[in-house]
Amino acid sequence: MTGQRKDNRRPSAFALLLNNRMAAGGFFILVALLLLALIAPLLPLHDPNATDPSNRLLRPLTEGHLLGTDALGRDILSRILSGLRVSIAVGLSATIIAAFFGSLIGLLAGFAGGRVDNLMMRGIDMLMAFPYILLALAIVAVLGPGLINALYAIALVNIPFFARNIRGVTLGLARREFVDAARLAGKSPARVLFTEILPNVLPVIVITMSTTVGWMILETAGLSFLGLGAQPPQADLGSMLGDGRGVLFNAPHVAIIPGLAIFLLVMSINLFGDGVRDVLDPRLKSGALTRPVARTAIERDPASVPAEDAEDRKAVLSVRGLRTAFRMGRRQVEAVGGVDLRLGQTECLGLVGESGSGKSVTAMSIMGLVPTPPGRIVGGAILLKGEDLLAASDERIRGLRGGPVSHVFQDPLSSLHPLFTVGDQLIEAIRAHQPLSRAKAQARARELLELVRIPNAGRRLSAYPHELSGGMRQRVCIAMALANDAEVIIADEPTTALDVTVQAQILTLMNKLRHDKQTSILFITHDFGVVSALCDRVAVMYAGRIVETGRTEEVLDAPAHPYTRKLIDCVPVLGQGERRLDAIEGLPPSVDNLPPGCAFAPRCPRAQESCRRGEITLQEVAPGRAARCLFPLEAGEEAAAHA
Amino acid sequence: MGGYILKRLIALVPVLLGLTLIVFLIMAMIPGDPATAILGSYATPENVERLNRQLGLDRSLPEQYLVWLGNLLQGEFGRSYSLNRPVIDEVLERFSATLILAGTALLLCSVFGLLAGIVSAVRQFGWTDRIVTFFVLIGISTPSFFLGLLLILVFAVNLKLLPASGMYAIYGGGDLPDLLRHLLLPAVTLAAVATGVISRLTRTAMLEVLRQDFIRTARAKGLSERRVVYRHAAKSALVAVIPVIGIQAGFVLGGAVYIETVFQWPGIGAMLVKAISTRDLLLVQGGVLVVAASYVLFNLAADVVQSTLDPRLRR
Repeated sequence: MTGQRKDNRRPSAFALLLNNRMAAGGFFILVALLLLALIAPLLPLHDPNATDPSNRLLRPLTEGHLLGTDALGRDILSRILSGLRVSIAVGLSATIIAAFFGSLIGLLAGFAGGRVDNLMMRGIDMLMAFPYILLALAIVAVLGPGLINALYAIALVNIPFFARNIRGVTLGLARREFVDAARLAGKSPARVLFTEILPNVLPVIVITMSTTVGWMILETAGLSFLGLGAQPPQADLGSMLGDGRGVLFNAPHVAIIPGLAIFLLVMSINLFGDGVRDVLDPRLKSGALTRPVARTAIERDPASVPAEDAEDRKAVLSVRGLRTAFRMGRRQVEAVGGVDLRLGQTECLGLVGESGSGKSVTAMSIMGLVPTPPGRIVGGAILLKGEDLLAASDERIRGLRGGPVSHVFQDPLSSLHPLFTVGDQLIEAIRAHQPLSRAKAQARARELLELVRIPNAGRRLSAYPHELSGGMRQRVCIAMALANDAEVIIADEPTTALDVTVQAQILTLMNKLRHDKQTSILFITHDFGVVSALCDRVAVMYAGRIVETGRTEEVLDAPAHPYTRKLIDCVPVLGQGERRLDAIEGLPPSVDNLPPGCAFAPRCPRAQESCRRGEITLQEVAPGRAARCLFPLEAGEEAAAHA
Repeated sequence: MGGYILKRLIALVPVLLGLTLIVFLIMAMIPGDPATAILGSYATPENVERLNRQLGLDRSLPEQYLVWLGNLLQGEFGRSYSLNRPVIDEVLERFSATLILAGTALLLCSVFGLLAGIVSAVRQFGWTDRIVTFFVLIGISTPSFFLGLLLILVFAVNLKLLPASGMYAIYGGGDLPDLLRHLLLPAVTLAAVATGVISRLTRTAMLEVLRQDFIRTARAKGLSERRVVYRHAAKSALVAVIPVIGIQAGFVLGGAVYIETVFQWPGIGAMLVKAISTRDLLLVQGGVLVVAASYVLFNLAADVVQSTLDPRLRR
């Protein structure tokens, strides 16, 4: 093997392992047990097989016999240590045999693919259709009881586990570029398999070994316990436990001590194995998943709460200086860094920005739907008709959700519960807020489906989401948002996941419904085309902040912020094929590393020295229009470099 | 639904054939003369020769398999030499006792495993979660045969609350309360490991589900957190865990070998251990076949239950 380069930034696997307290505990117990087993013959102990009928069944802590003696007067301490040696040796041997043959089968099947793979895996599936221990019993029955036969049996029944795991990984690797490259370089299949694929499969083999070795020790001990493994005078921990069973009632320690030894050995291996798995394959780490709570945590500085003003009283929904942060490891990243929005009565406000601009986080903050952990609202206020939602009780928020304020999400397939019918989900939404009988709620659900123009509404109630088309699913979501006559609908990219023709239908539907129902809509999108079709006003977001607001047609006609100009230029216009589509050069900055001054300055052709210094405020550029820019564009001006 | 079950039943045929093939091949591994191995070393030469003919050992291996399979299909599992009765009679009688034990254990581990997993996910990192995690670790590291002995020591020997062995009391008894008293300890012991495994996976499944978009939708609808967790999330987690319960059926059926020996439960596991030590191979073969087939059926049942909960699977 060539020398491996060490990556200095990452702690070594061993350091990671010791960081995990449980794994480290398991590791130390395991090392202690292994050491004891290794040096047992050197210790001044009794002969484990020396019988002494006059000293039968001595209790533990007797003079000369620390753990007492068994039914034949043999010293339990020395027997435990020799049994430990046997059990570990047998368990390890079985693991190595199973790993070798199982991995070989898996490698060959995964590498060969096609018919060979199919045939081998069918065989493996058949073996796995057996209750595992039963197969081992059948093998022992045929070969005859004995420790070596038990070892073979346990190894054999574990081969399928290795074969399956290794085959899956190999199959994925065999189609990768570096393998193709090695093949094209003229390496023989065997060399490709053993020099290119095997090194990459090795961690999986190690993980599988570390998670099965405890199990194999347990199973061989089990066979010995039943009298089918180790035969006297040879003894492992299992057969000692089996012997102890005979004197369980008058000398329980003879059984309990070997039982505890097996338990300790297996538990330490399991803990250590889990740790190894977490280090080598962090995706499987059990602690990696945390449960999001029902409502976003709010930890705002009281000083950051702005006072209500006249504008707020006119608006249905008013967002003031909202700051929402995410905890990433030890850092805290502000995805939304002080956003102000006002949504008027029956108004449709478009919130526009690239992905990562914080527009969805802003929208999800309103009803506390940003997942915590890792998200938290750290500042600002959200006023719904003058009521500060960030100060409201959980119970109050729950009453508002789906009632006065409802949501439509981006992907209707993942947003609907796959295991409940559309009707159930609608009825549930209705009855969460209205005290209707099930039958009445069902009638109402049907009306709602008719309202969003779903044909055969009555029959569709019993359909599951996967049985509907994407457009139909989104109509269901809209119907759900309308279920309790919402005053505000927060629509988070509701057309992004849909086909273009369906998009147009959904937009028309939403536009009609908002006029019929007098609803206000906060419409999140990255698409100016959609904005122009639906929104009265628009707010453009960049790097967690609003950079421009104004009436839609004014902003579209004469954007003031260079970013808005660029964003509008990205929209292709039908019939204007000649026009060059300008992609915006560069990438949006990551919010955890914003430049001082204007966040857009690094990508802005007009940026001056002054743009890169100090906070830039959102200033009025015309009545009802504001931009966060020191050098706003005049009407008709291109976003080219400032002369 | 009916069509789905029918399809699954048809798919069962190759699996069952595979089982018989593997059992046949294992039996063909017998070192030396199989007839002698089956009949024991004290068999008369006439008996050995008759069995050889009966087993078709003078023919090729594939032919032998077909003859053997044909006999199985007619319910001909051979005759147990140690018990001197047809294997099939003994196996079925023993199997009903195993079914009572394993069925109860499966019920216990499903109910408690799911509950513990859900609660531990809901109270993630709380005390309940830690206690459950601790017991799961203990549970999956304790050999079931050792746990059985410990429970006997505590509940039968020290507290004298429950019987240590058997299925019914020797005198009188034979009624349901008597059966339940005898059933409790072995069923709990048998369920322990599976409960740990199921609760661990349920916890992970719940945590996985609670991050899904449809849970956000449920919350956005204004549903109570209780409803979100116990109706929306738990149903999805249940669907994910049911196949695991099916697999655990295999470990429970296999684990019965130990538990029946420890508690002297008159089931098929205890029978197998005895049959192996007396080298009654036809009895072993019959027992293994019946238990393996029942495991396949348990898995089928798990798949059917899963598909009743998840409409996407019914195709």
